[in-house]
Amino acid sequence: MPSSSLILSRRDLDFLLNEWLDVESLTKRARFTEHSRETFDAVLDLAEQIATEHFAPHNRKADENEPRMVDGKVQLIPEVAEALTVFAEAGLMAGEFDEEFGGMQLPHVVGQAVFAWFKAANVGTSAYPFLTMGNARLLLAHGSREQIDTYVAPEIEGRWFGTMALSEPQAGSSLSDITTKAVPQDDGTYRLTGNKMWISGGDHELTENIVHLVLAKIPGGPPGVKGISLFIVPKFLVNADGSLGERNDVVLAGLNHKMGYRGTTNTLLNFGEGVHTPGGRAGAVGYLVGEQHRGLTYMFHMMNEARIGVGMGATVLGYTGYLHALEYARTRTQGRPPAGKDPATPMVPIVEHADVRRMLLAAKSYAEGGLALGLYCARLVDEEQTAETADERARAHLLLEMLTPIAKAWPSQWGPVADDLAIQVHGGYGYTRDYPVEQFYRDNRLNPIHEGTQGVQSLDLLGRKVVMQGGAGLALLGETITATTARAAGTQWAGFAADLDAAVARLASVTATLWGAGDPDVTLANSHVYLEAAGHLVVAWLWLEQALAAEAGTTDFHEGKRAAARYFWRWELPRTRAWFDLLESLDRTVLDTRDAWL
Amino acid sequence: MNIVVLVKQVPDSGSERKLDPADNTVARAAADNVINEMDEYAIEEALTIKEAQGGEVTVLTVGPDSATDAIRKALSMGADKAVHVVDDAIHGSCAVQTSAVIAAALGQMEYDLVMCGAEATDAQLSVMPALLAERLGLPQLSGARKVTIEGGTAKVERQTDGGFWALEAPLPAIISTWDTINEPRYPSFKGIMAAKKKPVETRSLADLGLDAGSVGLASATSKVLDFAGRPPKGEGVKVTDEGDGAQKFVDYLAGQKIV
Repeated sequence: MPSSSLILSRRDLDFLLNEWLDVESLTKRARFTEHSRETFDAVLDLAEQIATEHFAPHNRKADENEPRMVDGKVQLIPEVAEALTVFAEAGLMAGEFDEEFGGMQLPHVVGQAVFAWFKAANVGTSAYPFLTMGNARLLLAHGSREQIDTYVAPEIEGRWFGTMALSEPQAGSSLSDITTKAVPQDDGTYRLTGNKMWISGGDHELTENIVHLVLAKIPGGPPGVKGISLFIVPKFLVNADGSLGERNDVVLAGLNHKMGYRGTTNTLLNFGEGVHTPGGRAGAVGYLVGEQHRGLTYMFHMMNEARIGVGMGATVLGYTGYLHALEYARTRTQGRPPAGKDPATPMVPIVEHADVRRMLLAAKSYAEGGLALGLYCARLVDEEQTAETADERARAHLLLEMLTPIAKAWPSQWGPVADDLAIQVHGGYGYTRDYPVEQFYRDNRLNPIHEGTQGVQSLDLLGRKVVMQGGAGLALLGETITATTARAAGTQWAGFAADLDAAVARLASVTATLWGAGDPDVTLANSHVYLEAAGHLVVAWLWLEQALAAEAGTTDFHEGKRAAARYFWRWELPRTRAWFDLLESLDRTVLDTRDAWL
Repeated sequence: MNIVVLVKQVPDSGSERKLDPADNTVARAAADNVINEMDEYAIEEALTIKEAQGGEVTVLTVGPDSATDAIRKALSMGADKAVHVVDDAIHGSCAVQTSAVIAAALGQMEYDLVMCGAEATDAQLSVMPALLAERLGLPQLSGARKVTIEGGTAKVERQTDGGFWALEAPLPAIISTWDTINEPRYPSFKGIMAAKKKPVETRSLADLGLDAGSVGLASATSKVLDFAGRPPKGEGVKVTDEGDGAQKFVDYLAGQKIV
């Protein structure tokens, strides 16, 4: 049956999870023995139903009624709280967490597929649980037992939400320059002062309490990133019995008014300005997580999963745009085919025009390719944590490290292109606010910016990941891809495999050229192109994987997989040649351009 | 208070539904099969009664192996156990034959109350509560928009076009519910996990003491002889407003018997 949902394709999720990634095999592992295909299917059904009935319906309304600050408090449309109550009551916040903490120990790959429904249906509302789950995960990894009991349990129950407070007005990508200060107190707590900018979910009335995870510097510590510590700063202090106590000295200073993601409050928060005086004096009370000066390490420990999550958001916003465009193209009649221009004949649906199919096929290949990338990486998180041998876990970790900047950046670049194409398919109507595709585009435009910009990801890939451990990550990626191309021998995809093999070899040689240049400035000035080339290569590989997984299928769905794989092979993979040529030339155009010339 | 809720798996009313041209029965294999939406209201009502008064909620379904999905949904909402009557010979049975199967299954169960949705969204016959009431000699309280259980008595408000009728009957009884009665809960994640461990008993026709020849398409009391798809949408009617657009619009609606 063709999927009738315009939010996501359940058929595609089933294909990727079951026909390709074989998630059911995970249920043999100790952590997942309570699960089965049935529970995976049931929770995906539940996610689709709640996303359809409670998240999608207010997506537009939340966009048109962005959060307002009234008497110092944030006012949101009521549907946001209603949807999040249903989400939490269904136990979806608890999905992937350990049973010990009230969780359901769902594999990460299934958890990502479940959460994809909410992001695609309403990215603004789903940001609150997304941030809260990330916050809880970080505390579970690095917090004390007391901190976990105090803060994580109410988060998993959905009673409190969480934030990540990293950026400051003067320090976004450059966290070494943050100035928020945390002064130790005699009782072991800290008092924080400073300002935090771009804090999503930073203030609202959705939950009883908000748990801020704040990066700050302890006076006298080492300079730069090595002097950054991580603190819990709750909006309301918590009494020993878990009840809420005094209002902490963290206040909403203002709301940012954004292009998209408008349902998510995005805030400037002031810490320690004396608006509230816990314990009788100014200063936001904070509790150190883990050890002093290790805050950024803790934060980055969770970064792989957070970045895959952002990549998934970019993918599924592109995906829903593609599905809306497809439906529109099948129902909107306009013009006649080149071979039948007789005006007496009825007009045809625009999907009959080859150039419209080109746009839809491109959008499909970006959306479904991005989804494959996100789920593959999420499956690696499960491998990294639960594979049987230490060697398998280490290999999964290394490959994940290598793929993470791509899993974040590639969908963030091409997901918005899928939405751009969705607008194009709609023509003038797509440019109006009468159709939803313009909102998907605006919402998606955030993804190349937050959680590490495209530039930051490109530096991470070329500057760090491909050279770490003597290039072991890059070598492992190459091996993994060529294992796939070997399986394609003797199939209709042998030509695709040969082109991929050539591209893998080219990636290795270009990397050697770039790092053999002896000038890191010229190498890194080309990092964005490198990221684009490596990203397209990786997604081409995952299209070959999908083509092989679909090989025996005879349905229109499987034909669609083959068509999109062929499209990516014939139309997209060749782009990498031009990128590799540019990289190989060690081009200095960007590097040598002076400020005054721009 | 032990309650049996009758559940049917049907093709999703929100997706394309077809009859199988081979025997004119519902094409289930290729359909997007879901729990009959109307049954969810009956499950919700049964769970609400159980939560207030104690007892157990058992789900009873007649259907192919794939109907397990509908059972799991009901169990994950909170029902305690299930009975699944599955037998290839049942395929193509009419409502009268199916009611004999359900009645035989109920005959092997202990219950104070039988509940079901007011109709199944596939055949929309709405006759099952009456057929079962007749076979089992139970009072039938149909079309409920409100149910109250007091001691050994069931009271319902039966929904009508203009209001409701107040009905009551001694237990055991059979009650069918409309979608105005409540808001069915979602299964929770915990409920999904718990459902895996809840008992589901399967019964064949032989287990129920029924002869395979008494059911199935060959001996059905009613059959679909022929069917046709909905005609494709027409071109539509364009009305040019020459100062009388409103009148033309009203004339059109009247012509279509819409007003």
